[in-house]
Amino acid sequence: MSPVSLVEITDLNIQFGANKVVDNVSMTLKQGEITTLIGPNGAGKTTLVKAVLGLLLPTSGVIKRSPTLRIGYMPQKLQIDATFPLTVERFLKTAAFASAADRLQALQSVRAEALLKQSVHSLSGGEMQRVLLARALLRKPELLVLDEPAQGVDINGQIELYNLIASIRDKYNCSVLMISHDLHLVMAATDQVICLNRHICCSGHPEQVSTDPSYIELFGVPGAENLALYSHHHNHQHNEHGDIVPLEESTEHDHSHCGGHH
Amino acid sequence: MADFLLFALLGGVGVALIAGPLGSFVVWRRMAYFGDTLAHSALLGIAVGVLFDINFNLAVVSCCVILALILVSLQRQKLVATDTLLGIMAHSSLSLGLVAVALLDDVRVDLMEYLFGDLLAITPDDLLWIYGGGSIVMLLIWRLWNQLLAITINEELAQVEGVPVTRIRLALMLLIGVVIAIAMKVVGILLITSLLIIPAASARRLASSPEQMAVIASLLGVIAVCLGLYASWHFDTPAGPSVVVAALAQFLLLYSLPLRRTV
Repeated sequence: MSPVSLVEITDLNIQFGANKVVDNVSMTLKQGEITTLIGPNGAGKTTLVKAVLGLLLPTSGVIKRSPTLRIGYMPQKLQIDATFPLTVERFLKTAAFASAADRLQALQSVRAEALLKQSVHSLSGGEMQRVLLARALLRKPELLVLDEPAQGVDINGQIELYNLIASIRDKYNCSVLMISHDLHLVMAATDQVICLNRHICCSGHPEQVSTDPSYIELFGVPGAENLALYSHHHNHQHNEHGDIVPLEESTEHDHSHCGGHH
Repeated sequence: MADFLLFALLGGVGVALIAGPLGSFVVWRRMAYFGDTLAHSALLGIAVGVLFDINFNLAVVSCCVILALILVSLQRQKLVATDTLLGIMAHSSLSLGLVAVALLDDVRVDLMEYLFGDLLAITPDDLLWIYGGGSIVMLLIWRLWNQLLAITINEELAQVEGVPVTRIRLALMLLIGVVIAIAMKVVGILLITSLLIIPAASARRLASSPEQMAVIASLLGVIAVCLGLYASWHFDTPAGPSVVVAALAQFLLLYSLPLRRTV
């Protein structure tokens, strides 16, 4: 059985003045699948995501989604003025009509429950991303849209964050659309990669995309050694944090992927 | 107590109470210049009021609201940067107001009264405007509070979460416009923004939630009004500027105290 399509995009074009930012893009987001958009700066990733969110109108083309589709959105960066006194708890309260138990549960599922009473101004980059993710989860989303979720997070934190996203997908059975700048870091936690440079250069399984000539043309040849090193590095990190359950599946993924390249 | 003193006190307190929550939004959303621009246009409202012989309060409120609407639509067209746009509107509407007032040679308009306020000249009719308009503003802020907070945190996030962002933002601008029109009588066109932002900025030192900040800003504003009026009575200083000086003293005091910020 094939999963349900949550969003179907057909021949999407977005133009700002004479500048064509999204060029004839068609893609489908399926339930329970993680789709990663990857591409150089100015490739139209954020623009495409904003169109999916309904934040901007396409110049032409169709975005088909259920009008009742619940979307959880995590913006690239949240700048809250320092004059705004806000704890994590109060921040989550502005999101949705959720109970205190819901808020705690959402924070627990991103392993950030200790932050509840903290000021949002005191959070590190990684902590803020988790809190944003928790806010998105409060809406019980069918589609989770993440704009560079790992921005401002160190390498180890990034791997952990991507694994967290994969575990959330498993738990909530939602579809995930995310923007990333590093294919290798998200490989383990993604089903579909779309390489965007205004138009879709190539798409498919992460392994497939990483060897595609048009991907290599955009991002250069990723040294196979380098790649294997990266993967090893994550594996060790995760094994040390052995208590984190959902990591296991993705760790295996990493392993088989590593093996393929060795 | 003399009637005019009581009226002045009631008027000042009323304005300070509404200025607290709205001033907090002005601080959070960095709209100080926007407030100034609306305030400057109020003089144009006075001129229009004289010209067409309509109630001054009504004329000023309408003028501020219309200018807020024009600003929102011009801002959307992105012809020039927002601060440039605000600068153009602020000073040209003030100048237009001054020119218009000068051309109305059969009527004497006391400019000083409008530029710096005349708290001691507040009439029962003004009080009706302050408390009537103020209650409507307060009611709306209370109803829209969570949505106003949501768009202040992040407008795109709020929109995805189903908040009608454009409408809420417009509502906030109109509310600020109304409050500025109401507050003009107390501290005058040139000083209104200070009554919005100084108590709110001081309140930040003591507040650990947005609600606390709004309430504390109102209370600090009320205290500043009382102190200012007292000083004005005792030392025969102009009332509006005395209120602002009192608010400044609070600000300096709170920021020199070694308070630990927790949130």
